[in-house]
Amino acid sequence: MINQAFELETAAHPENLKRVVIEPVTRVEGHGKVTLLLDEDNRVHQARFHIVEFRGFEKFIQGRPFWEVPVIVQRLCGICPVSHNLGAAKAMDMIVGAKLTPTAEKLRRLMHLGQVLQSHALHFYYLASPDLLFGFDSEVARRNIAGIAAAYPEIARQGVALRKFGQEIIRLTSGKRVHGTGAVPGGVNKNLSLAERDSLLKDIDQVIAWSQDAVNLIRKVYGERLDFHDGFGYFKSSFMSLVREDGALDLYHGGLRAKDQNDQLIFDHLDYSRYWDYVHEEVRPWSYMKFPFIRSMGRENGWYRVGPLARINNCDFIPTPLAEAERKIFREYGGGKAIHSTLAYHWARMIEMLHCAEGIKDLLHDGDLQGDELVTTGERSLRGVGVIEAPRGTLIHHYRINEDELIVRANLIVSTTHNNQAMNEAVRQVALKYLDGNELTEGLLNHIEVAIRAFDPCLSCATHALGKMPLEVELWDAEGRVIDRLARSGLGSCGV
Amino acid sequence: MSKTISLDGQTVAFAEGQTIMDAAMAAGIYIPHLCHNPEFRPHGSCKLCTVNVNGRNVASCTMPAAEGQQVLSDTEELNAERLALTQMLFVEGNHLCPACEKSGNCQLQAVAYYLGMMSPRFNHFYPQREVDASHPEVLLDRNRCIYCELCVRASREVDGKNVFGLSGRGIATTLVVNSTSGRLGDTAIAASDKAMQVCPTGALLVKRRGFVVPIGERIYDHRSIKEVQTGGGHE
Repeated sequence: MINQAFELETAAHPENLKRVVIEPVTRVEGHGKVTLLLDEDNRVHQARFHIVEFRGFEKFIQGRPFWEVPVIVQRLCGICPVSHNLGAAKAMDMIVGAKLTPTAEKLRRLMHLGQVLQSHALHFYYLASPDLLFGFDSEVARRNIAGIAAAYPEIARQGVALRKFGQEIIRLTSGKRVHGTGAVPGGVNKNLSLAERDSLLKDIDQVIAWSQDAVNLIRKVYGERLDFHDGFGYFKSSFMSLVREDGALDLYHGGLRAKDQNDQLIFDHLDYSRYWDYVHEEVRPWSYMKFPFIRSMGRENGWYRVGPLARINNCDFIPTPLAEAERKIFREYGGGKAIHSTLAYHWARMIEMLHCAEGIKDLLHDGDLQGDELVTTGERSLRGVGVIEAPRGTLIHHYRINEDELIVRANLIVSTTHNNQAMNEAVRQVALKYLDGNELTEGLLNHIEVAIRAFDPCLSCATHALGKMPLEVELWDAEGRVIDRLARSGLGSCGV
Repeated sequence: MSKTISLDGQTVAFAEGQTIMDAAMAAGIYIPHLCHNPEFRPHGSCKLCTVNVNGRNVASCTMPAAEGQQVLSDTEELNAERLALTQMLFVEGNHLCPACEKSGNCQLQAVAYYLGMMSPRFNHFYPQREVDASHPEVLLDRNRCIYCELCVRASREVDGKNVFGLSGRGIATTLVVNSTSGRLGDTAIAASDKAMQVCPTGALLVKRRGFVVPIGERIYDHRSIKEVQTGGGHE
């Protein structure tokens, strides 16, 4: 199956095919597009998921002082800027030679759990739930968060409240809900006061309960159409994530673990500071996003998935009880092996959200959060690598500085980049299974977006006005003439 | 009996030799300014402190107070001109507040907020300006320099080192470093120098301190520059 789909990357004779474009892909962060090349019988000959933006952060931070970077690069994203703030800060820890104090590390962990919780809540409730609760080809006008709020007001309310709670943690640890300044090279710039802690503790049990409800909901929804959900955009792949020394799920720090599609270890507990020995990136001319692969497996076979599904599949256990119980159910469903279904990302994501809620409660009861040893330094280095598990997967920040302490080189491999090949595979599987030979409808095209959304991609790491993204699909004939055009207005309605 | 001027209808006393700015500051009245610092001789270059004296617009930091002056400062027209001047400063340099460690402690940003600047107005010049990080403790980021000459004055008059100077004219003006190489690393500047304490923007910074003050505890997080400079409470 993999090989068949892989061939769909480039059609043998594109000149005689009609081109269908989904641009932009909606209910994801950032801008991307899907192009399909179909013959006269609507058979799919080529399917690609493109990233059409170029951000340039790796270039324009060159020449800037290293201590500025954690704050600059978080502007990559408005949804999970904390990931970039922390990834860069961890790299800068290496540059200043710091070993973090318990207070600094726990405050960063708290900030990170808060952001993963809010990001997962955003994705599940705002972006994914309309597909999952209404159906992939349900009425397009209500297939959005407003539709969810009308049909399932309590679920929508919980989604908003969960996100708010996560954002509040970010505010209290970094100064602002979005784009704060909490993590600095060698530590953090503030601790958590008792009053701030108490303001969070009063809501935490409710947050845990709602997170448990979310796992129950996705488990129920997934189970109601088991075969469909299992088979939707299905393909097998390797998985990569950080794990703690004892094999536990750890979103903030650990060694790299990769397993192949048969659940066998490719590498384990690797020191990420030399990630380039294990992971390479390939550039393809039709996308601004690179294609990483595991070096030992080669370009063709070395691609892999990251993110919640990879993490839940890869870890040996989750160090919080409720989430661990859910992981065991998940694992049991997979027969004790990794689950490869694209839509299982949603299930894994909610298990992680529950883990975040539990982890936040544990940390809030830790007195180290009120400590005042915030920053340390040690022997300086000219190179720094920071890796964390961002909401969407493994995030690599790599910098070199010169003797004047200015950045001379930067390489960022963001979570969505790791999933590039996998998202393309998902698109091809769905295109083959649901679109191939059929007359195109908005509902069918949404199937492709559903597959992409499962990864929760952050395509530009930028914020956009919800529901205002237009969708345009154009049908071209062999001579390059537009013969049909389907457009969705900025209000989410669909019309010709 | 002390002499007085009228400032926006308020009677303000002044001593012989004081400027209008001096008299206003002594009376706790804020006139927006960037290149002026009461510890140094007036410079009169940023023009933000322009007031109307008996019908003529003059820089209040250089204009001697004189008996009977009718001074207008906090007027709609003058504040609009101050806002325009500030907006021009923002586009002449590369002032990227979201990524600047001086944010929240920056007088340029604080003045802009005070004057109601919420967005850019003019096209950005995006000039190419050099960052000098050659000194082990001090960073000079010319992108943020507004040529107020406060560091020039402080280094010359207080530190006795004469590290900085302005070179060129008009839009080609640049802050130069007084060493054979033209680099800070070859000067005697130190992080503790007065020159390091007077920059109203993030052009001169002590290295590796960025963002050490959390949001909420920065100078202008809760008080406007007017309140900070006049000791007034939160409006």
